[in-house]
Amino acid sequence: MADRLLVGTRKGLFRIERQTSGQWDIVHSWFLGDPVTAVLADNAGAKLHAALDLGHFGVKMHRSTDNGDSWSEIGAPAYPEKPDGVEDKDPFRGLEIPWNTQMIWSLEAGTADEIWCGVIPGGLFRSTDDGDSWRFIDALWNDPRRKQWMGGGYDFAGIHSILVDPRDPAHATVGVSVGGVWTTRDSGHHWELIGTGLRSDYMPPDKAGDPLTQDPHRIVQCNSNPDRLWMQHHNGIFVSDNGGRQWRELSDVTPSSFGFAVVVHPSDADTAWFIPATKDEQRFPVDARLVVSRTRDGGHSFESLRRGLPASPAYDLVYRHALDIDSDGERLAFGSTTGSLWISEDQGDHWQSVSHHLPPVNCVRFEN
Amino acid sequence: MPSLSFTSNLTRHVDCPDAEFDASSVAQLFDLYFTRWPGVRNYVLDDQGAVRNHVIVVVDGHGLNDRRHLRDSLSSDSEVFVFQALSGG
Repeated sequence: MADRLLVGTRKGLFRIERQTSGQWDIVHSWFLGDPVTAVLADNAGAKLHAALDLGHFGVKMHRSTDNGDSWSEIGAPAYPEKPDGVEDKDPFRGLEIPWNTQMIWSLEAGTADEIWCGVIPGGLFRSTDDGDSWRFIDALWNDPRRKQWMGGGYDFAGIHSILVDPRDPAHATVGVSVGGVWTTRDSGHHWELIGTGLRSDYMPPDKAGDPLTQDPHRIVQCNSNPDRLWMQHHNGIFVSDNGGRQWRELSDVTPSSFGFAVVVHPSDADTAWFIPATKDEQRFPVDARLVVSRTRDGGHSFESLRRGLPASPAYDLVYRHALDIDSDGERLAFGSTTGSLWISEDQGDHWQSVSHHLPPVNCVRFEN
Repeated sequence: MPSLSFTSNLTRHVDCPDAEFDASSVAQLFDLYFTRWPGVRNYVLDDQGAVRNHVIVVVDGHGLNDRRHLRDSLSSDSEVFVFQALSGG
């Protein structure tokens, strides 16, 4: 089981470590004062990657090869030069889409030294040398349907979920806010838009079922059953049994089917966790009561987990990358926009408060 | 020769000492500087080579005119400063 957790926040990166007493404490901090938007912990070794958003000075990538004892800046994924005369505008607001990496939103490992990186405004990159260099996935960017993507929460579209098939690392599936679900079978050279059964209530009725208009907030994949995907969508919770081609909506999920984060048990595809919020403009726990929703039967039923979570009114919102599960499927952690962090060692039955005083949490990741 | 200086806020992230180069435009001055200190480039310029949205370049007391292509001309005693804009948080 993982005894260490990385927490990326608006004001730095933190390591939380389990003590012999069972208490989890903050034991390290890095990049204090700087927003950390994504982290990656190499499961096989001592490598860590952290994506920083320095605001004025742009997006930066840092890597440690000694478990965080030291860090070095490495190349950040950058867009190619925009050809003269190319018009590239948001389809509904008419804003010019910048060909600049504005934020690194997702980092996922593939094969050895392979890293996928999704960014705002909608670019996807792949490195095969552990981040020393990045290849822009132009086949996805140049697909004419990409120009129909639009911002979801941010001004421009972004890629927040990257699922690398453990059976075939050339098979990757990405989630786009707002632009649906796309899959490749050849490491990014060709792409297919998938996602039948999804529903977008924020579009006119004739567009509601269009896979291109979907706003997946987060998609996760079961490691032992990679055809089973779970999705927290803007309009609810969806599940797929064929790698995202067809989705089934789960209705009547209490207290809410709205939220951002989801994780699935790595070896039990029917068990998944969500953190519900009041949809969709308000975005705080329903009735100000923070709970975690768990299904153990593939979404037929859900239970609200609350032991150890605040009994008093709470207004924590949990971002899409701020909930994680360890590789054994026993330990979970989540952090909130109000700087709270909780860990469970029993699949969510009980939660331990780690801190209520962190900066706003962007992402959490177990170091398995 | 024209000089180039950076806000101390940038020195927290990357080594960027003051320097002078024989350059007739801001683009040329930056090119020469980034050849010597390549790690500074993407702190100042974006992916397209334009000045970052929340970075200010001051040339002899005036804001840079051509933030996209940096074609502003320089004299032999020009002073160029790179600052962090107060916009951008």
